[in-house]
Amino acid sequence: MPYVVKRTGFYALVVFIVLFSIFPFYYAILTSLKSGTALFQVNYLPVDFSLSNYEGVLSNGVFPTNILNSVIVAVVVVAISLFLAVTAAYALSRINFAGRGLLLLTILAVSMFPQIAVLAGLFEMVRWAGVYNTLFSLIFAYMIFTLPFTVWVLTTFMRDLPIEIEEAAIVDGASPFTIVMRVFLPLMWPALVTTGLLAFIAAWNEFLFALTFVSNNSTRTVPVAIALLSGASEQEIPWGTIMAASVIVTVPLIVLVLIFQRKIISGLTAGGVKG
Amino acid sequence: MANLKLAKVKKAYGSVEVLHGIDLDIRAGEFVVFVGPSGCGKSTLLRVIAGLEDITGGTLEIGGRVVNSLTPKQRGIAMVFQSYALYPHMTVYDNMAFGLTLEKGKPKSEIDAKVREAARILQIEPYLDRLPKALSGGQRQRVAIGRAITRDPQVFLFDEPLSNLDAALRVQTRIEIARLHEKMAGTTMIYVTHDQVEAMTLADRIVVLNKGHVEQVGGPMELYNSPDNLFVAKFLGSPSMNILPARIESVGAATRVVPEGGSPVDLPIAAVGTVAGGAGHLGIRPEDLSLTDEANPPFRGTVVLTESLGEVTLVYVDIGRADEPFVAKLPGEVSIPRGSQIGLTARPQSMRLFDEAGQAVRPQVRRAA
Ligand SMILES: Nc1ncnc2c1ncn2[C@@H]1O[C@H](COP(=O)(O)OP(=O)(O)OP(=O)(O)O)[C@@H](O)[C@H]1O
Ligand SMILES: [Mg+2]
Repeated sequence: MPYVVKRTGFYALVVFIVLFSIFPFYYAILTSLKSGTALFQVNYLPVDFSLSNYEGVLSNGVFPTNILNSVIVAVVVVAISLFLAVTAAYALSRINFAGRGLLLLTILAVSMFPQIAVLAGLFEMVRWAGVYNTLFSLIFAYMIFTLPFTVWVLTTFMRDLPIEIEEAAIVDGASPFTIVMRVFLPLMWPALVTTGLLAFIAAWNEFLFALTFVSNNSTRTVPVAIALLSGASEQEIPWGTIMAASVIVTVPLIVLVLIFQRKIISGLTAGGVKG
Repeated sequence: MANLKLAKVKKAYGSVEVLHGIDLDIRAGEFVVFVGPSGCGKSTLLRVIAGLEDITGGTLEIGGRVVNSLTPKQRGIAMVFQSYALYPHMTVYDNMAFGLTLEKGKPKSEIDAKVREAARILQIEPYLDRLPKALSGGQRQRVAIGRAITRDPQVFLFDEPLSNLDAALRVQTRIEIARLHEKMAGTTMIYVTHDQVEAMTLADRIVVLNKGHVEQVGGPMELYNSPDNLFVAKFLGSPSMNILPARIESVGAATRVVPEGGSPVDLPIAAVGTVAGGAGHLGIRPEDLSLTDEANPPFRGTVVLTESLGEVTLVYVDIGRADEPFVAKLPGEVSIPRGSQIGLTARPQSMRLFDEAGQAVRPQVRRAA
């Protein structure tokens, strides 16, 4: 008897959690497919099916550009963060130098500052560097929160790679750069994919910096663009278009996760060393 | 074709010195085995030679060139690790080719020929396309050896390459390594192990290390038959040599020694440098002892334990020395009930005498002045 109760309880909880996390997105899809006054009726099942909101948002002059901006920013941020993080992780995990622990803690400490605390200072830097109102400002600013965790995670991961494999590569005549690129990177796929995805999502979703450092409509990234979507009049909030835009910008994330989940294979180091 | 010359080689980790000035000459093409108890610095010495650890004192020459500050690659060494250390994401073929692909301008066909040749020698051709995780331990170790072969090293280093294998495979791989050494006649090989059988069977010369010092260097039989000191005497041979504290009774053409727990023996040694009445140690290998019915045998005692190993029987005898049993290794199956009294004897020529400090006392060899 208690077994059945436990089982039922367990699945009830699972269903609840799934519903709880899926529902907002489901409701967004539902709303994005409505049009006209149907928008203001509360339904939990699809009643009508209209793509007019999608047409609306995609034909709205700058929104496709905004998507492209977001893609550029997120991809560049991920690429630069991973490159810097992998090279930094090699130094931090494999080379003994004075102050290594302190440096690691400092890197972690950077991520403690709330965005709002660094906003003003960062704004001055962006102006000074002459990148205000360009995508460079965002790429630069996003490194502030992507680098600490990518460096930290990759350092931890690299520290656990067997030292003998590195030594074998040294004996084989590999330079540190070759070791990182040809021996470590292929072993670090799971960590790279995970941190890369997190960095991508963080850059993709970021709002505050994107709002502050860019003022030009065609240079904006999607979170800001969506927030600034406006209807025909000041009072009207175009829920249908907003929901359609939200769905559109969520899809790339889902696709990325689905593609890469197959790459996240554990036990990739099996067989290299005894164990 | 490279000889090695270690002169006062030291290694310290911070303030802890692990190797205290190692002097060693290794001839080109020689097979040298480092043995010693755990923690004595065997691996450290090997890694110093490899270039994986910095030398903190002294010089290391390979092929007449001081290599202290050269990389492993520049030293022309290859190393086989205890844990195989294969690249897990590369196939067997790529594992063996990796080092060669790093050499710029090396034609693919040449690399391919080398890899296939190594695979043929080690009989791993059927597995060239597999990943290491799809191989058995023995196969992995052969790939690791193959990876080292392809680079045509001048010096081949092994750090306990067989210790992860099971007993049968260990014997087989040991024989393969011996064959490999024959095939690669010009290649100097240095091999670390704590397995005596490996050391005795593979080595041209054995280096016995203890606490970061070299205790003795010599051929396997030389070390076995005439150990320089108590440490080497006890370290080689299984079970190890019986050592009895002894008093030197008289010196002359022969030396009369009274071991603790035994009757006086006359050793055919003109023990120069010892004095009558001095203290020393008498060493008798268990395999040199035999049963005797003499009324007054050199050693007599109560059997405390016997172990039958098939081809030999180990007999532990209490000859009146508190905790240290006296061990005899008798051929064949011998049944002696526990608690019975037995007498044991050995030829005086097979006994070894050590002075108070533990140095061997040898028959005086007259050297030209
Ligand atoms: N990185 C290090 N830092 C400090 N001490 C070390 C380091 N590596 C080794 N040692 C010390 O050096 C000594 C020799 O170690 P080594 O690994 O050479 O022993 P070994 O003879 O190979 O032993 P084993 O048979 O157990 O492998 C040991 O006392 C060890 O504690
Ligand atoms: Mg060791």
